[in-house]
Amino acid sequence: MIAALIIYALLGGADYGGGVWDLFAFGKRAPAQRALIAQAIGPVWEANHVWLILVIVVLFTAFPPAFAAISTALHIPLTLLLIGIVLRGTTFTFRAHDVKRDDVQRRWSLLFSIASIITPVLLGIVLGAIASGTIRVENGVVVSGFLKSWLAPFPFAVGFFALSLFAFLAGVYLTVEASENELQEDFRTRALIAGFAVGILALIVFLLAGTGAPTVRAGISRSWWALGLHLFTAVFAVAAFYALWTRKYRVARICAAVQVTLILLGWALAQFPYLVEPGITIYSAAAPRATLQLLLIALAAGVLVLFPSYYYLFRVFKGEAAYSARRH
Amino acid sequence: MNGLLAARSQMAMSLAFHIVFAAIGIAMPLLMIIAEWQWLRTKDEVYLALAKRWAKGTAILFAVGAVSGTVLSFELGLLWPGFMRYAGAIIGMPFSLEGFAFFTEAIFLGIYLYGWTRVPPRAHLFAGAMVAVSGALSGIFVVIANAWMNTPKGFHIVNGRPVDIDPLAAMMNPAASAQTLHMTLAAYAATGFVVAGIHAFMLRRDANNRFHKSALAIALTVGGVAAILQPLSGDLLAKMVAKNLPVKLAALEGQFATEKGAPLRIGGIPDEGSGLTRYAIQIPYGLSILAYNDPNATVKGLNDFPATERPPVAIVHLSFQIMVACGLAMMGIAVWAAWQYWRARRKKSNAWLESRWLLRVLVLGAPLGFIAIETGWVVTEVGRQPWIIYGVMKTAEAVTPIPGLVVPFITFTVLYIFLAAITVWLLLRQVAASPQGFGSDGQKVMLAA
Repeated sequence: MIAALIIYALLGGADYGGGVWDLFAFGKRAPAQRALIAQAIGPVWEANHVWLILVIVVLFTAFPPAFAAISTALHIPLTLLLIGIVLRGTTFTFRAHDVKRDDVQRRWSLLFSIASIITPVLLGIVLGAIASGTIRVENGVVVSGFLKSWLAPFPFAVGFFALSLFAFLAGVYLTVEASENELQEDFRTRALIAGFAVGILALIVFLLAGTGAPTVRAGISRSWWALGLHLFTAVFAVAAFYALWTRKYRVARICAAVQVTLILLGWALAQFPYLVEPGITIYSAAAPRATLQLLLIALAAGVLVLFPSYYYLFRVFKGEAAYSARRH
Repeated sequence: MNGLLAARSQMAMSLAFHIVFAAIGIAMPLLMIIAEWQWLRTKDEVYLALAKRWAKGTAILFAVGAVSGTVLSFELGLLWPGFMRYAGAIIGMPFSLEGFAFFTEAIFLGIYLYGWTRVPPRAHLFAGAMVAVSGALSGIFVVIANAWMNTPKGFHIVNGRPVDIDPLAAMMNPAASAQTLHMTLAAYAATGFVVAGIHAFMLRRDANNRFHKSALAIALTVGGVAAILQPLSGDLLAKMVAKNLPVKLAALEGQFATEKGAPLRIGGIPDEGSGLTRYAIQIPYGLSILAYNDPNATVKGLNDFPATERPPVAIVHLSFQIMVACGLAMMGIAVWAAWQYWRARRKKSNAWLESRWLLRVLVLGAPLGFIAIETGWVVTEVGRQPWIIYGVMKTAEAVTPIPGLVVPFITFTVLYIFLAAITVWLLLRQVAASPQGFGSDGQKVMLAA
């Protein structure tokens, strides 16, 4: 499940970031920037989007009480998140199929980018609230209310952190996808700015975690592996930045992806074994053995079918773009 | 509006919206690959233009279906946390499998829609076939989960908690096979009829356009075959309901008193106050024969069940009647069209689509399938009330405690109306322009894709 969440962040997150840059597409190359974004997202966003659905269904099959508690306590941000997801997906498709007239296209673009900005923030808020340890459950009933757990500085900081992270990823990926030098430069600048924001927001999140999410913060600085992990994260973050600076875009792409993976892994490990801290652990919320075994079998079988297909999808649509980027 | 009613309304609205796109998502890929296969076989450009045109429509509809499906998977927890906490471990399995099936569908749809020039023709057709198969599978998995809510199996209850959970037994519940068959056929029939209706409408204006003739032939074949088979699956389903859900059978037939040799009621208004179904045409012994294959079988009436465990009879009975009427009308249209086709074939003419009457009826029949799907869904969902898991958990016990549920209900309703309007408008723009160059002589003048 963590794996699916990471992949969603890496790929789906980049799609959102693309939407963010769509809003900030300006200057005389704006149409070309938009076209590149649309071309990059078009064939793959639906498949990327399914990772999120997979997270949800695995959560409610394997850990039903956790799903029930999260969706009760965080009803409001989750509902807003849903609206964001709906608008993002549909406006993108509508834009692709509506009249190719400027004002019509601009209207869809605006909705698409606003939804692309709001959705990652809300996603971050939800994750931040889960990590903050303020959702209290007694006898399966949520007693901490419907506002308190997410209407706090820490979840919002995580929200903006997620946004900057997605924007950074998208910027880095698009430098690889762009086939013209000017476009590449445009997205390089944007990725650098976003990367800078990631750094600042990471610091803010860490500071706020002291009061906002004490257990997770303790987890972060608990043991040698945690420190090692964070050292690695920092190394890759700096490497991604440096590669971007020196225009080694393919290296930057790999480093940025590793960096985000490590951030999420670090979060997951810091929270372990809690699912919804402090009441629900993965042991207390786990479904019976029969269900888990079957689910594991299904996951394994599904992965066998999915990965070749997914690889094929990306090879078909991303292979050529990567090739043209190499030529420059 | 209290919380329970708002939650039920929001769920009902979300499902009613999604089911249309889901059904189209199941059936449309089949139509596309038939057209594409015909193109590969005959090299007739008209089929390529058709496959591309249909693919465009599918792209829009699939996107709306995908996001509205995501909304539903969240809403299970947002609105019914009690249900998920209880049933997640038992029935989460088909949802997870559905996740994978949907995943496969999304991947290959991406290849299909954007890959016309990027993959070889056979690989492209294969991608389309994968979309069709995984689309049908994801529908089947979701309906299995719903079937479990009607006939829950695969666990024992000890002290109010489910134990000895067996997810496979839960998936093999008694309602699963009949319900999945019925819903899958319904998707093909409804979509086939809508597509046939649209192209029939275009043919009435542009009588010699081969594009619309080919489209109509493919859509009507798929929709017609499904419509003719559908009453058989309906009969299987009715016998399953009679055996496992007697109170639902009584509600959908408007049967109040327990009766030996019960009649089949056509039409009629059930009155819960007096316990009578008035103004119905009664076919003696009809219900006993249909439900149990025995004219003298006893059918349990609603009066044998406590009032707190009965569904709202009038809605269920009325919806059921509408569904059956639509289904029978579609079967009639399909049989008539088939007869027209045979007659034309015997005379070695290809003029079966020139009957003005057939085209007119096809246009009128276009919405029947979706009316039947919506009313059929009302029958199965409202007919199960007040239970969310039949005999195990009441809907009221499953609902979320959060206040103000009417707000998300209204928000999503407005959002969905907006989406539906845009979708219809975009599709109209796609359809209204009839491609030129496919005249009756079969000569390709220019390819409009």
